[in-house]
Amino acid sequence: MPDTLTKFIFGRLTWESLPLHEPIVVATFVAVALGGIALLGVITYFKLWTYLWREWFTSVDHKKIGIMYMVLGLVMLLRGFSDAIMMRLQQAIAFNGSEGYLNSHHYDQIFTAHGVIMIFFVAMPFVTGLMNFVVPLQIGARDVSFPFLNNFSFWMTVGGAILVMASLFVGEFARTGWLAYPPLSGIGYSPDVGVDYYIWALQVAGVGTTLSGINLICTIVKMRAPGMTMMRMPIFTWTSLCTNVLIVASFPVLTAVLSMLALDRYVGTNFFTNDFGGNPMMYVNLIWIWGHPEVYILILPLFGVFSEVTSTFSGKRLFGYTSMVYATIVITILSYLVWLHHFFTMGSGASVNSFFGITTMIISIPTGAKIFNWLFTMYRGRIRFELPMMWTVAFMLTFTVGGMTGVLLAVPPADFVLHNSLFLIAHFHNVIIGGVLFGLFAGIAYWWPKAFGFKLDPFWGKVSFWCWVVGFWFAFMPLYILGLMGVTRRMRVFDDPSLQIWFVIAAFGAVLIACGIAAFLVQIFVSIRRREALADPTGDPWDGRTLEWSTSSPPPAYNFAFTPVIRDNDAWWDMKQAGYVRPLAGFRPIHMPSNTGTGIILAAFSVALGFGLIWYIWWLAALSFVCLIATAIGHTFNYHRDFHIPAAEVTRTEQARTTLLAAQG
Amino acid sequence: MKRFGALLLLPLAGLLTGCDMVVLAPAGDVAAQQRDLLVVSTVLMLIIIVPVMALTVFFAWRYRQSNASATYAPDWDHSTKLELVIWAAPLLIIICLGALTWLGTHLLDPYRRIGRIEPGQPVTQLHKPLRVEVVALDWKWLFIYPDYGIASVNELAAPVNQPIDFRITSSAVMNSFYIPALAGQIYAMPAMETKLHAVINRPGTYSGFSANYSGAGFSGMRFAFHGLSDQAFDQWVAQARTASAALSRDSYLELEKPSENEPVRHYASVDPDLYGAILNLCVERGKMCMNEMMSIDAKGGLGLAGIRNTLPLQYDKLARRGAVFGNDPSYVASICTAEEAAAAARAASDATPADWPMKNLSPLRGAGLLRPGAESRRAEADAPSLGLLRREL
Repeated sequence: MPDTLTKFIFGRLTWESLPLHEPIVVATFVAVALGGIALLGVITYFKLWTYLWREWFTSVDHKKIGIMYMVLGLVMLLRGFSDAIMMRLQQAIAFNGSEGYLNSHHYDQIFTAHGVIMIFFVAMPFVTGLMNFVVPLQIGARDVSFPFLNNFSFWMTVGGAILVMASLFVGEFARTGWLAYPPLSGIGYSPDVGVDYYIWALQVAGVGTTLSGINLICTIVKMRAPGMTMMRMPIFTWTSLCTNVLIVASFPVLTAVLSMLALDRYVGTNFFTNDFGGNPMMYVNLIWIWGHPEVYILILPLFGVFSEVTSTFSGKRLFGYTSMVYATIVITILSYLVWLHHFFTMGSGASVNSFFGITTMIISIPTGAKIFNWLFTMYRGRIRFELPMMWTVAFMLTFTVGGMTGVLLAVPPADFVLHNSLFLIAHFHNVIIGGVLFGLFAGIAYWWPKAFGFKLDPFWGKVSFWCWVVGFWFAFMPLYILGLMGVTRRMRVFDDPSLQIWFVIAAFGAVLIACGIAAFLVQIFVSIRRREALADPTGDPWDGRTLEWSTSSPPPAYNFAFTPVIRDNDAWWDMKQAGYVRPLAGFRPIHMPSNTGTGIILAAFSVALGFGLIWYIWWLAALSFVCLIATAIGHTFNYHRDFHIPAAEVTRTEQARTTLLAAQG
Repeated sequence: MKRFGALLLLPLAGLLTGCDMVVLAPAGDVAAQQRDLLVVSTVLMLIIIVPVMALTVFFAWRYRQSNASATYAPDWDHSTKLELVIWAAPLLIIICLGALTWLGTHLLDPYRRIGRIEPGQPVTQLHKPLRVEVVALDWKWLFIYPDYGIASVNELAAPVNQPIDFRITSSAVMNSFYIPALAGQIYAMPAMETKLHAVINRPGTYSGFSANYSGAGFSGMRFAFHGLSDQAFDQWVAQARTASAALSRDSYLELEKPSENEPVRHYASVDPDLYGAILNLCVERGKMCMNEMMSIDAKGGLGLAGIRNTLPLQYDKLARRGAVFGNDPSYVASICTAEEAAAAARAASDATPADWPMKNLSPLRGAGLLRPGAESRRAEADAPSLGLLRREL
């Protein structure tokens, strides 16, 4: 075949693009391929394709989409964590002249991929999944405002994840660090496909995240049950609202800055190049104007989870609801005024640095108030130490340390000596693991029975808990110490042998965390096996306080047969106290949105578009772009968007629950 | 859990005494002041952190479900007094910390000349600062001593108790210049200059490195920093002067090429214009210096002709140039329209600067630069050149 034709068809994709010379990647590929084939085989053998397509992939039910987000987060957690453990191993052995087992080409991709995956494809799907599942239930709604958009958002997030995963086997990922600072990420210094994978994966996923943010804001603002004023919303709903406001206000900045980087790389503009007076500092500012709100996007919903869990398991109203709400709002606003603390060392003047240092410290005031509120919710409570509460107490002890080191880093002269050091790494893992991840595990253990109708096995949950908590301290306390010894991040080899012991301890911590993840998987497996014994027929296993516990577990497709009326901010607790009686008759047909496959098709075209752009396969990019637009227009002619669940079916479903509840006595 | 934790701490305490926490025990006064700020801030925060952690454990224990003797108040959810305390206590701490931050940030601003050599010893007229020009290269450090006309790669030396003025830039990508024992870090960025003022108080050899990931050779981008007595420093300078190599533009362009784990190297002499040219991205022949471009832009730019003048402005030279759909670089070799040709003719006889830039067309080619690829820059050094104004400015 003539060279130009090959080039036209495949762009810069050649046989050399496949990393066949990297044994680690080849082994991973074989394992993934075998696992994938086995999975597909099982699905085909049990004839599950139609079921999956009809009931899950095309579903617009917020509960199913929420669960799919959680599955995505879990799968990507395994990938992100395997990157982490590879780094820990490399840093534990690369001493005394040893190069370790990873060359820089491989190692630099790993730490970049670890950061990108953990933030965008683990934490974000987990958080979005939790909000998707819980928020409509908490506000007494039957679905989100735009159910199709919700499905589309999910598949776009998957699309981004697919592009990142593809980079492992076709080509390579960025070797720039997770924020891809230019000029290193510019075409001059990263001419390969790695940064293009980074850009298009985040752009595709970013569409999903932004749309999902808009969707949830509309849902919370417009779809609350009658009587639920803003100041009667559950705290988790409040924190979700603030998070989504942050998403909608900050993700466009990320989209814009990555677009500019893409323009620099593709059409020769000079926003961030050294050439023609371009300025990389602009990129660093813009990406952190997104990046700092991003960390609050991750932590705020989990603050909500901790509030719900503390109040429920202390058997007590949340202390200081109003100040909790205002603390959340203050954090939301302030999170836009602190971005420069990520680069005090860029040489801004002392006044600029102090301003951003002090605004950062001010955030610790509302955050501190939140911690105190949880503390005084426990005060004079009756605390049941079920799994979610254990995670919460572990969070309160761990997160305060992370918060303290965070404020320390906000003092500019202190940041000069700790910036980019392993102290910084320890700090943000301290708050992201100690805050976001512990919160996610609390939330998963808390709402699992609502989603599936049975509790998680407590024994394996406790094994996972202790492995995670102890593993965390082992993995990251050494990094604090190494940071104080002046060790910087992203190092591949070391020449000072006295550092090695700390890296070995950290690697041991990572192994403990691996056990924690394994125990969590075992917990899910065991719980599914023992679902009869762990079953919760009441729908309210924890003596809950908010509306989601008023419906059955798992909730029916329509969530609530009758929209509840709210009189108090612990709505379900109030209903229970007032002797609420479930209505047993008078059901009416319920208006529901129809499933559609458009979301998954649009996302598939987006992945093809991204792939075409990454590999310079212009015909593919153009074709998939045209298909993308055509499908989107075509979807506007789809008039089968809704249906009614007949009254008889609602009656049947509710009758079944009545029988189940009666069997409980 | 508590007992378990205490046991774990024992071997850790043993390890801690054995390791060299350079950030907490630096050898330079600036780093020492930064350390002090670190410690004071930590203590301030512990005032609130320790009670919170203790209360968490205490409440969790006291109000556990099995403890029936503890008070249970399921509807108690508000106390104005408590709310005041929980907002005011962190606020007070942050006010103190904020004041400390404002003062500390201004006093320890890396751009500010240091005021003292060590506690109780202010900087006087007698202290002549040592000037060092630092260039982060892929992946090694170049140090130029303009006062001595020498340079070194991956080795830095300075006399103890003498202020050091660093001027820092980078050749290609972003790095961060950091010697933990001396002072906090600051970014090294291409086409930009950052500054750092510091002093080393104890003789010794300390490690310095890049603290911002910059590509494949980043791990090896380390250098030794020698704090020397005055005599030892003079010896070090004398020894550097005996080196055979000289750092000219050509040898710099050779040095600038990416390389990893470079050995220490000295240069007996340095082109005095080199650092300015590195900073302005015009070491390579035929490139327009950034400051020349800025001067041209400040005067209104080059007009439409400037659009064609792109080759002298492309600086990234070590990897691929230009994007997929980008234009090929071009440069202005001569003027072709009738108006411009006429203007050029008039310009030769009429030297009033009023109707610049039509009069003087040399800025189009980079104000005194040769055509890209031409032989020597020095040959035209007599021509009026904005580039040569650099030193005077």
